[in-house]
Amino acid sequence: MDAIAIISIFVLAVFVGFEVVSKVSSTLHTPLMSGANAIHGVILVGAIIVADHSETNLELGLSVAAIVLATINMVGGFVVTDRMLEMFKGKAASGKNGAQDKSAGEKK
Amino acid sequence: MNRTIYDLIGLSAGVMFILALKGLSHPRTARRGNLLGALGATVATVAVFFYAGKEGALPLNNLGWILGAIAFGVFVGVPAARRVQMTAMPQLVALFNGVGGGAAALVAIVEYLKLGDTATTAEVIATVFTVLVGCTSFSGSIITFLKLQELMTTRPVVFPGGRFVIAATLGGTLASAVWVVNSLGTTPLLVLAGLSLLFGVLFVLPVGGADVPIVISLLNAFTGLTVAAGGYVLDATLLIIAGTLVGASGTILTRLMAEAMGRSLFGTLFGAFTAKPQDAAGATETRPVKSGTPDDVAILLNYARRVVIVPGFGLAVAQAQHTVRELADLLTAKGIDIAYGIHPVAGRMPGHMNVLLAEANVPYEQLSEMEEVNPTFPQTDVALIIGANDVVNPAAKTTPGCPIYGMPILDVAQAGNVIFLKRSMRPGFAGIENELLFDSKTTLLFGDAKASLTKVVGALKAL
Repeated sequence: MDAIAIISIFVLAVFVGFEVVSKVSSTLHTPLMSGANAIHGVILVGAIIVADHSETNLELGLSVAAIVLATINMVGGFVVTDRMLEMFKGKAASGKNGAQDKSAGEKK
Repeated sequence: MNRTIYDLIGLSAGVMFILALKGLSHPRTARRGNLLGALGATVATVAVFFYAGKEGALPLNNLGWILGAIAFGVFVGVPAARRVQMTAMPQLVALFNGVGGGAAALVAIVEYLKLGDTATTAEVIATVFTVLVGCTSFSGSIITFLKLQELMTTRPVVFPGGRFVIAATLGGTLASAVWVVNSLGTTPLLVLAGLSLLFGVLFVLPVGGADVPIVISLLNAFTGLTVAAGGYVLDATLLIIAGTLVGASGTILTRLMAEAMGRSLFGTLFGAFTAKPQDAAGATETRPVKSGTPDDVAILLNYARRVVIVPGFGLAVAQAQHTVRELADLLTAKGIDIAYGIHPVAGRMPGHMNVLLAEANVPYEQLSEMEEVNPTFPQTDVALIIGANDVVNPAAKTTPGCPIYGMPILDVAQAGNVIFLKRSMRPGFAGIENELLFDSKTTLLFGDAKASLTKVVGALKAL
């Protein structure tokens, strides 16, 4: 891919990233951080690609280690985030949620 | 599958990640957002098995190794995420972030070994960036883990001449980065990786316990950028999108967190360069404190009209969420007005305490954020502080230069009476003495938060 296309993707993604989280209430800081943390676990895709390319034992060994680490990051990250958010779910079911959303939104 | 279809699947995964972050920013959609993110990651991972690259063939080479490694990662990651106590969750997030950074660095190293002399300068620069930042994030996250797990001191670790050592390491790291770009070899790359690991350790060591969450968030953003750079080397658009999203949102999140804690980001990050060695622990306190019995506490609570409960990490450690709710129910039944004053960083991370109390089914409407509850302290008869210290420490207002100076606190000193349930006179996570403990309107009840609360509940019932 040519450099301009990559730079465009990069710059636009930066702005999207800034925009989507700019109004988050402090209550959600930890789950949001944890969720974003899980998302960068997609380096797993990269790790699989290099494992496919690997020819020497050294390369394969390093790629396998990368796959293990990336999987832990991705899968563990989404599971632990879900557990955190599960705690909030009980409240959502009790119907108090609308008011709570509003106050959270107005905080920042 | 051809490249166009593969890229379109990658794009849809990227869109899912954007929607995931968007969903995670609102309480009602947060869980769905996270699941959407997981779906995006799964789709992206499955797709790569059906696209072998420009000249490759399916199935992928080393398929057994790949599937085995994924299975092993799931086998380690899922139980860790499932079984972790909610109190220990921040350090687990730090650890997950660290291994992600490590994975990115390894990917870049393998690709570099592979490309050898055919790498373009831009690819080498992206590789160098990935290795440098990935390794820093890895070792830095391990140190934050050790600090949060209290396997090492939570105080800032500052040694004489420390700032010169850090500056020299950073200089060496950057020099070896230039070396890699110029002379293209495995040795310079390994030197770079080693120095980056060292720099990560030195970078986090001087950070005080209270600032650790900010550093975790920052390292998270770093890892995101690392993944983006790795995506450039591998010509994988999805990695560029996902990594950049996390890098950008992580940066904003780091700033928001620093603001919520009233800390300057600059001060936190470059504390390493300005911190001075502190006196260890200081002189033993010999001033008198007013220590009470559970009955004294019960009486104070029984005749109050309004009680604000300030929960802290001590409550979480003692697993006293349920007992504190029992106490609150008892007081509510007596017609006493109850609120929980939640400091934004009560616990170990922003929002941590809300999660813990939600686990104990504390009604959401009783949880008040700091800005709501602070103006009500003058009308409050009793502030009941359970296992919290730094978030109510007036030193944040009165002592310029102390590690938490400038952090907004809960103004419990404005309340008629202050009750501390504490294990001991040991200072809080930030390691600073709390003047409020010696105030004449303060009563201390020593012991494990759960045991103390159970006794207070018993005494209250007997009244």
